[in-house]
Amino acid sequence: MDATTQPTAARYTGPAIALHWLLALMILASLGVGLYMADLPFSPTRLKLYNWHKWAGVTILLLSAVRLLWRLTHRPPADVAMPAWQARAAHVTHQAMYALFFIVPLVGWAYSSAAGFPIVWFGVLPLPDFVPVDKALAEAIKPWHERTALLLAGLVLLHVAGALKHHFIDRDGLIDRMRWARR
Amino acid sequence: MFRSVSMFALATALAAPALAQQVVPARSEIGFVSKQMGVPVEGKFKQWTAQISFDPKKPEAGSVAFSIQTGSASFGAAETDAEVPKAAWFNVAKFPTASFASSSILALGGGKFEVRGKLAIKGASQDVVVPVVITQTMTQAGAASTAAGSFTIKRLDFKIGEGEWADTSMVANDVTVKFKLALTGMAPL
Repeated sequence: MDATTQPTAARYTGPAIALHWLLALMILASLGVGLYMADLPFSPTRLKLYNWHKWAGVTILLLSAVRLLWRLTHRPPADVAMPAWQARAAHVTHQAMYALFFIVPLVGWAYSSAAGFPIVWFGVLPLPDFVPVDKALAEAIKPWHERTALLLAGLVLLHVAGALKHHFIDRDGLIDRMRWARR
Repeated sequence: MFRSVSMFALATALAAPALAQQVVPARSEIGFVSKQMGVPVEGKFKQWTAQISFDPKKPEAGSVAFSIQTGSASFGAAETDAEVPKAAWFNVAKFPTASFASSSILALGGGKFEVRGKLAIKGASQDVVVPVVITQTMTQAGAASTAAGSFTIKRLDFKIGEGEWADTSMVANDVTVKFKLALTGMAPL
């Protein structure tokens, strides 16, 4: 029953796969919207995108918490055969990405709160401010939301490059562990 | 419009000079809360003047008049404040002041009063009813009074937020106006 007992055919569990792809889509979309909206002139479109970006960010935070809990209680498949440094690099990248799944939205949330725009999730649920309304603090926090998001984007690129290398060069079936459905 | 309000206030002040109250600007505030996609965003007017002539014992004889510089509205964010003076919002170039002039003041008891009057913003004028609570602390110099209250207006009644901004699913029609005035020279409640 437990896939981890059969490393060769091992796949991530269904919920782990679902969360991986759902969060991948949401994170990429939020990154794209975030980069686009920042330079928009003041308009309803800008206001709309900012709010959707914030709602998506909070959703990513929440789903990442679910994902982390799932990850801690469900052992992933064993590493496929690769040089030790590559395995270590993959693990460190994964750990850094998990950390950023929390850091990036939390820093964005703090920025929004400090700037005096509390987040109301999907326009319905007001979320608490965990930093005070303080313009100077907001300005200090702002660049860190972008920097951490770009760092996450860089790690995602590295992650995708690694997966593609395993798939097309090593042809070791690594990507199959995270495929949406078994062939 | 501004002139007529000023004249009105001046006339009231001359009629009842002994009862005129002074606003302590440093401890007074006129602000507003607007909801943007469900998010309450607070702003305030930095420049305004008030002429208040009010005796709590004879509220019906009192009068209140405000003149507010629309260009002084601020949300505390530079990019938003840059939009406020534009034609779609307050159109400060054409309508530099908003005003309120009371028509009647009614005592409700317990320091509560109901002030009725005309609110004029951006060339439109509406009758509003403003509940006011007055609290006082007695000092040797006389009563230090605070008058506070809030009321809700519909921004579209005043065409605040036109064109693409008229969409109330983005910016709610209801805007809460809040005020707190520190006053000196008021007779005891």
